[in-house]
Amino acid sequence: METGRLTMEEFQLVNKTDGLTISSKKKNVKESKAAEASIANCKVEIIRMDPFEMEIDFIGFNISLVNAYRRIILAEVPTMAIEKVYMYNNTSIVQDEVLAHRLGLVPLKVDPRYFEFRNKEETEWGAQDSVKYSLNVRCSKNPKAAADETNPDILYLNRKVMSSSLKWIPLGNQTDIFQEANMQPLHQDILLAKMNSGHEINLEAFAVKGIGSDHAKFQPGLAWYRLLPEIELTREVEGEQADLLQKCFSPGVIDVVTTPGGRRLAKVNDTRNDACSRNVFQYDSIKDSVKLTRKTDHVIFFVESHSALKSYEILEEAVNIMIGKCSLLLAETDKLIESSAPS
Amino acid sequence: MGETVPGNLVPEWADLDPNTLREPVKSIEDKWKLVPAFLRVKGLVKQHIDSFNYFINVDIKNIVKANSRVTSDVDPLFYVKYMDVRVSKPNIEEGMNIVKETAPHECRLRDITYSAPIMVDVEYMRGDHRIFRRDIPIGRMPIMLRSSNCALSECRTHTELAKYNECPHDPGGYFIIKGQEKVILIQEQLSKNRMIVEEDKKGGLTCQVTSSTHEKKSRTNVTMKNGKYYLKHNTLTEDVAIGIVFKAMGVASDQEIVQMIGTEDRIMTSFAASLEECARLNVYTQTQALKYIGNKVRQKRYFDRGPKKTPVDEARDLLATTILAHVPVEKFNFKMKSIYLALMARRVIEAQGDTRTVDDRDYYGNKRLELAGSLISLLFEDLFKKFNSDLKKKADIILGKKGKVSQFDAVQYMQSSQDAITNGLEVAISTGNWTIKRFKMERQGVTQVLARLSYISALGMMTRVNSQFEKTRKVSGPRSLQPSQWGMVCPSDTPEGESCGLVKNLALMTHITTEVDPEPIIELAFNCGVEDINLLSGEELSNRDVFLVFLNGNIIGVTRDHKRVVRVFRAMRRNTVISGFVSIYTHYKHRCVYISSDGGRLCRPYIIVTNKRPAVMEDHINKLTRGLMAFDDFLYEGLVEYLDVNEENDSSIAMYEHEIIDKTTHMEIEPFTILGVCAGLIPYPHHNQSPRNTYQCAMGKQAMGTIGYNQRNRIDTLLYNLVYPHKPLVKTRPIELINFEHLPAGHNAMVAVMSYSGYDIEDAIIINKASLDRGYGRCIVYRNAKCSVKRYANQTSDRVQGPLMQVLEGGKHKPIWKHETLDSDGLAAVGTPVLPRQVLINKQMPTVTQLSYTDEQAGRQVEFRDTPVVHKGPGSIYVEKVMLSSDPDEFNLIKILLRQTRRPEIGDKFSSRHGQKGVTGLIVQQEDLPFSDQGLYPDMIMNPHGFPSRMTVGKLMELLGSKAAALEGKFNYGTAFGGTPVKEIMEELVRHGYNYQGKDILYSGTSGEALTGYIFFGPVYYQKLKHMVMDKMHARSRGPRAVLTRQPTEGRARDGGLRLGEMERDCLIGHGASMLLLERLMISSDAFDVDVCNSCGLLGYSGWCHYCRSSASVSSIRIPYACKLLFQELQSMNIVPRLRLENYCT
Repeated sequence: METGRLTMEEFQLVNKTDGLTISSKKKNVKESKAAEASIANCKVEIIRMDPFEMEIDFIGFNISLVNAYRRIILAEVPTMAIEKVYMYNNTSIVQDEVLAHRLGLVPLKVDPRYFEFRNKEETEWGAQDSVKYSLNVRCSKNPKAAADETNPDILYLNRKVMSSSLKWIPLGNQTDIFQEANMQPLHQDILLAKMNSGHEINLEAFAVKGIGSDHAKFQPGLAWYRLLPEIELTREVEGEQADLLQKCFSPGVIDVVTTPGGRRLAKVNDTRNDACSRNVFQYDSIKDSVKLTRKTDHVIFFVESHSALKSYEILEEAVNIMIGKCSLLLAETDKLIESSAPS
Repeated sequence: MGETVPGNLVPEWADLDPNTLREPVKSIEDKWKLVPAFLRVKGLVKQHIDSFNYFINVDIKNIVKANSRVTSDVDPLFYVKYMDVRVSKPNIEEGMNIVKETAPHECRLRDITYSAPIMVDVEYMRGDHRIFRRDIPIGRMPIMLRSSNCALSECRTHTELAKYNECPHDPGGYFIIKGQEKVILIQEQLSKNRMIVEEDKKGGLTCQVTSSTHEKKSRTNVTMKNGKYYLKHNTLTEDVAIGIVFKAMGVASDQEIVQMIGTEDRIMTSFAASLEECARLNVYTQTQALKYIGNKVRQKRYFDRGPKKTPVDEARDLLATTILAHVPVEKFNFKMKSIYLALMARRVIEAQGDTRTVDDRDYYGNKRLELAGSLISLLFEDLFKKFNSDLKKKADIILGKKGKVSQFDAVQYMQSSQDAITNGLEVAISTGNWTIKRFKMERQGVTQVLARLSYISALGMMTRVNSQFEKTRKVSGPRSLQPSQWGMVCPSDTPEGESCGLVKNLALMTHITTEVDPEPIIELAFNCGVEDINLLSGEELSNRDVFLVFLNGNIIGVTRDHKRVVRVFRAMRRNTVISGFVSIYTHYKHRCVYISSDGGRLCRPYIIVTNKRPAVMEDHINKLTRGLMAFDDFLYEGLVEYLDVNEENDSSIAMYEHEIIDKTTHMEIEPFTILGVCAGLIPYPHHNQSPRNTYQCAMGKQAMGTIGYNQRNRIDTLLYNLVYPHKPLVKTRPIELINFEHLPAGHNAMVAVMSYSGYDIEDAIIINKASLDRGYGRCIVYRNAKCSVKRYANQTSDRVQGPLMQVLEGGKHKPIWKHETLDSDGLAAVGTPVLPRQVLINKQMPTVTQLSYTDEQAGRQVEFRDTPVVHKGPGSIYVEKVMLSSDPDEFNLIKILLRQTRRPEIGDKFSSRHGQKGVTGLIVQQEDLPFSDQGLYPDMIMNPHGFPSRMTVGKLMELLGSKAAALEGKFNYGTAFGGTPVKEIMEELVRHGYNYQGKDILYSGTSGEALTGYIFFGPVYYQKLKHMVMDKMHARSRGPRAVLTRQPTEGRARDGGLRLGEMERDCLIGHGASMLLLERLMISSDAFDVDVCNSCGLLGYSGWCHYCRSSASVSSIRIPYACKLLFQELQSMNIVPRLRLENYCT
């Protein structure tokens, strides 16, 4: 089957398959068949995976499906973040709102899957939908500091308020379910405020479950994708030109091999890592020697986690949400068909 | 060549190999380092501070010396003599005779004037005793921040400044008057005491001189009329033939006159008619001439004291003191003055038929800048004279009294009347009205409140130059950029609109001179071959071999070898024998050598070039970087010198080393110094269309950011701060020099140049919502609420009361809603949010504040009425700080600092640094935005249509530069006429695997497909401007009405209505929508039911016509209240409008 390819020309991306449109009826028939066929051709390959980052190839899928996962990760996969701050005392120079905003952006280790969404009208902080933290720090002069010390970090105790100072305060029966180690901020070294001697911060904060479309602090991580690049040499590139060509692409994309005849020829090695910078077009001498394309049905998908969810959990959650949406849609259509069908 | 070798007498190349000498001149790397060295010494506002220092340390003593004696007409024995004067350190008088030293920030917070007492030492007569007293205060002088008397001038380190709550980057140079920061703008005016030959409206030629001395200011003209020359002066009722003036000055013979003017044929022929004129008027002798002039003197107003003088005496006095006042006349020896007058006449004659000798008024060498010091000195002299004349008047009254009840103690009186000088100075600086009685000068808008919107706006204000020209006049001459402004005035930084070109800004390296004592200069001139003018007859002046030598507009002599004079002077200046700010240049057309040492000339430093070699060598720069040399050392060693505009135009200045040719005398230090502070922020400004740079100069002042390290300690009326400001990724040298990096105003935003959603037309921008969530463009607005708790004459005073409580059902007490914000002391509690209409300060004022003389009220309880300070305006506001103090009148002062945090919303204004402003058109969810291969999502999307017509190539270069800088983890430079070359930037991009043009492949966030166009994508430094929707949005359905007309009020501040104006009305009429018109203009505005009597046509009242005394034909109609008002007003001026009613439905 012919796969879609985008050609990277000097000034634009061109979809070359556009010319081959088939009349709609035939196309429908063909497409449904093609769809069945393509499902068989669909492939998912995990290239790289660790709790923070993953790279996964979606081969043979329609791009809109992959995009849907990306959008869900950014907007709809829930995480926990501090939403409400009760400021009892804040004599530091960081304004209350700014401090609260900074607290909100601190990623927490709390697994959102153990929590429910909090009801907007709710006034109490329940154990099933919220996590309580307290921050209570006071900056004072360091009695052990040398007399001629000028570094304020040594001169004062608690000069820097870090995310590690956020203390988890269990609500209700939370102690039975959670361990303290799993409720702290994800990173211990996030600077929240700087203080001077005599400054004090005393606050209570409540984290809730939320989604990225509401506020960026609820985003579980970052997701994006790119299409697999392909490079095709249309003619032999030799000698200095080969070196130049090699330089125009990311390292490892083009190899220069010496043929038995002693000629140094450029050879395409691994196109996957090409950054698609299209810098060949800078050089008139070699710009005709390559055809740069990207495969539309081979999507390299990236997930980076910066929340409690691990990168693969984020994708998993996104797929679950997608499934939920699909079944909701199916249920709705079924309902519609039932109601409109003459009984 | 001995004199031309600057500094060290052994040339540096003396022991060099001749081959090395033959090498081409190497360009000096890093010679720009002289610029920070210059700024370290001079600072950005050094002109102001220097000028004020000169006044406070030197000029004030001269003024007091010139007016040092006060005598009495009554008692010949009485006198007061000022021996010395000094200005001490700024302090505050706290009452109860407590005086303590103060720092500027305290004055800002407490609404006090930052001023210091002026102390004099006096010797005076009390009765028969001569008394000498030291340190008598005569008034208070507002002190310029960072001047020699300011508390901050002693601070060397940031920590020391921090103790005074002062920002180390604050330039100073302004005053604090009643807590307000006031800048005395630099005033530009035509230079004084110089001849200017001009063509007047009728095409006639005039030579004009505006003389100015400490006592007098006058303008003298020599004009030509009907082939004859006349002297024109506003003390004379009509023009006087110039021959008569010469005769009156004692140059009686015609031969002498002609000799002075010039014996060339052309000049003699054109002057002949003027000599005849004297004969025609029968004036031959000095006495006759004086009598003639005496009769033409404009009668002075009657109150002028003194015995009546004869016309002859009057004319002689006039000639000696008023006409050409700046030319010295000693014991009525008019020699100098007659020569000067002759030269004026000669200039007019020479200009005839030779338009090249006509001077250009707009030429910057003919301009002088007046600074704070000289302006205050004018004012102080006036006030001091008034102070003395008041003292004299008082002395006359008391000493004149018969019987002499008590002795007159002058010092006691002086101490009690200090307010005259204190208030005079304070009022002038705080209102900006400069009234100087002795020059009959009145000027408005001399001072302005220092704009503290951003650091740049404050700096920009300190370098602002205001022109005296009228703004309304539509002349282009003074507004256009003059070539002679090169390097002195920023070519970009001027406002648009009415004051375009009249308000200018100084360039980075401009210095304004202060006065230099002329005596040693005269001596030096005589020592190097100038012959004293007083020793010559008139004939030599017009000799072809001879050049006239001028000092500050006065002729001091002639010289045969003008080249030598100039050479010697320059050598002396380079060897710092005379001040570096003395300028000398030869004017070949006039055959004159002009030496200037007066204040207010613009000058800037240049590297000296001798024998095709710049004096500054690599070695010097190395020493500079290692701190072994400072900028002043460059001056002392004769490597660098200051040139003023006139001398600059007499020099040949190379821009770069390779441009040096044989006749080159100087070299520029750095080309980017031709720009000012505001234009210095723009990256790659030399690639932008010039108006764009001008727009950015105006907009940089509106950008929010940081205003100083002490911003959190200030309680200003309005202060904008950015929560997370960035350093720009592409910076310029000036950015580093002015410390913009430390006090930045903007964000490096990832910008995708593409079209998106259609909400980006007309420069609107699209913003990523997630970026806003993370703090992009977030700003804090600080405001204050202020009130003073006064005491009144009747022993009552204002009071601040705790909140009003209401009793709840359970018997508990709770403050009413309005007072929920208050603490028990009646002031809003720190940290509480205050909603609109809630109370910040619950102040109450006694109902009766006047002192009553009937003891009716004496025993009664004082009644109070509420006068609270309420939070107005949209949105809740937090209380950050409450300050209690006392103001200068010793009332308690309460200031509350309020804070509002705002995140950008649709309609907020943003701008890049290239004059490209735009409002937020749409805020988009992150998932809907396009993203790149690297997973980058834009913070902002800008429509590419902004580029073709604006031609801001600098912005494209900034984007590339920022992108490369971010990838490399460094900063790129976009310095004017330099900066990182685009080629290098492209290489950096390629090295990191990016497209060399900065264009990336982006995927649509909505469909997921790759966009077919490559998108120009990278960081650009964006500024958030102060115009925010929240401060502007306004709507009204019902609301307040004006009292008089009962129509809705006007303006947002008064919750006013939106006016349906004339043109809108015309539209409705055109559409025939009369009912709509009626509704808009009357029903929704000021409808009013009146009773009209149809028999008399007048307005009645509650169904009764008072005129007809009946209710028979009274009917009720509805008219606009304004209409009813008009009828009544007409009636009150005896015009009777009568209404005739008819049935509507017939």
